[in-house]
Amino acid sequence: MSVFEGFRFRHVSSPIHRLDPRVKFFYVLVMFIAAVMFYELLPLIILFILPIPFVLAAGVQRQWLRSLRGALFLASFLFVFNLVFGYLSPGAVPWGMWPLEYASAMFLRFLVLVESFSIFFLTTSPDHLSLALEQSHVPYEFTFAFTTAVRFVPVLAEEAQTIMDAQKARGLELEKGNFLKRVRNYIPILIPLIVNAIRRSLELAEAMESRAWGAAKKRTNLYVLKMGRGDLVFLITSIMLLTSAIYVRYFVSLPTIAMLLPK
Amino acid sequence: MIEVRDVYFTYPTGVEALKGVSLSIRNGEFVAIMGQNGAGKTTLVKQFNGLLKPTKGAVLVDGVNTRDISIAQLARKVGFVFQNPDHQLFSETVEEEVAFALRNFGFRQATIERRITWALNLLGLTEYRKTSPFMLSGGERKRVALASVLAWNPKVVILDEPTIGQDYQQKETLRQFIVQLNAQGKTVVIVTHDVEFVAECNPRLVLMAQGQIVADGDTKRILTNPDVALRASIVPPQITQIFHGLADLGLPTDVIDVSEAKKILIEYFEEERGKR
Repeated sequence: MSVFEGFRFRHVSSPIHRLDPRVKFFYVLVMFIAAVMFYELLPLIILFILPIPFVLAAGVQRQWLRSLRGALFLASFLFVFNLVFGYLSPGAVPWGMWPLEYASAMFLRFLVLVESFSIFFLTTSPDHLSLALEQSHVPYEFTFAFTTAVRFVPVLAEEAQTIMDAQKARGLELEKGNFLKRVRNYIPILIPLIVNAIRRSLELAEAMESRAWGAAKKRTNLYVLKMGRGDLVFLITSIMLLTSAIYVRYFVSLPTIAMLLPK
Repeated sequence: MIEVRDVYFTYPTGVEALKGVSLSIRNGEFVAIMGQNGAGKTTLVKQFNGLLKPTKGAVLVDGVNTRDISIAQLARKVGFVFQNPDHQLFSETVEEEVAFALRNFGFRQATIERRITWALNLLGLTEYRKTSPFMLSGGERKRVALASVLAWNPKVVILDEPTIGQDYQQKETLRQFIVQLNAQGKTVVIVTHDVEFVAECNPRLVLMAQGQIVADGDTKRILTNPDVALRASIVPPQITQIFHGLADLGLPTDVIDVSEAKKILIEYFEEERGKR
């Protein structure tokens, strides 16, 4: 469950936490687009290093590292697959790159994606997030569903742990048997988890209904998001990052590692 | 049967839940563990079947260190009934639910059939054998969970909060059931907040507070001692409170049982009538 920990918000005050969530989301989008645009190792390394100052400024390095550690497993999968297929069918690797180089780039691309989303969720409170969605004219029903889903992730993770304990106490051995058996071992965990989630959502709906949810057609908020100077600076930086990424992609030919090595 | 030797336990989150607990539970004993929320009760009993392993110290079950044996092997000896039955029910029928653990432990099909019949009969669930556990009421689900553990006949049964969500009648049935189990030689450990329930059962009582055992012994002696009760944030049973209030009349203050109270009061009133 350590991956979830890497996305869980904690109340801390830092310049990054105070940024407008819309601006931060734009930044995540820019990182996302940039990461998907490049398959070369060099720019991906730069993209990976770029957010580190923000992480340090926000003081969330520990949780951030934890989310990366959680992503490492899947990233290693990507690495191995790309490496193996790179050698098996050389056509899959872009011209002039070594399979190892390409596999490392894909590995890093995944980490860049996880890293930027992790920064966003670590420094944006769910309340801020819903405000941002609402004030971007997303219907409140969707906003509410989204924030509720986010809010219940840790609850579900904890519940899954309890259910696992309960089934282990009845002699269930999760790590026993071949692959198929192991997948089947998770049925006694998943069914109670899903049933309880549905039951809980019905209870939540009733509780909300009894507190007049949706009675007012037009909602107002105590807090209204306003862009400050810091937000503007961050927004412009993000736009510059995006334009320079597009420029580099189309007008600069990026060297492969083989070209950088002395002949 | 269960030997806890100076156990410390810290959760990965850094919460120190047990701070030097030593406890020895003999075969066939009936033990109730009480204490405030967060006192470490559940953490302690989870050590008994290996769900949690001590950070420091050791837990021995039947002479075997819980570190040297799998949870499944331990579970064969130590049955654990969780507080919320919804955390374990998943099968299509009650029968299948009870069979789950028996299959995990590798019982033969004929034995499984026999055990299901026995366990369902024991808990008055025979008529629900083919019903989905999700269709049952809260109290019935709780009984299914209990049946699914008792079916493999573990030497020790741990019940986490067995009285929660049960009405008075069900509680009384449960109490008689537990006492009966214990009389048949099973070691029973219950974790509970229910002072009245414990007073009626009269087991050996272990009081916990802040990760330590603050009292261990006779229920009557502990529940009627105001200092100890205060330290573990326990309110004595109502009967005890009444007798504390009546101390001026020369009545005993160490009463926890309703039938005992009745006897004392009848004696007292007859004596008073005799004086007049």
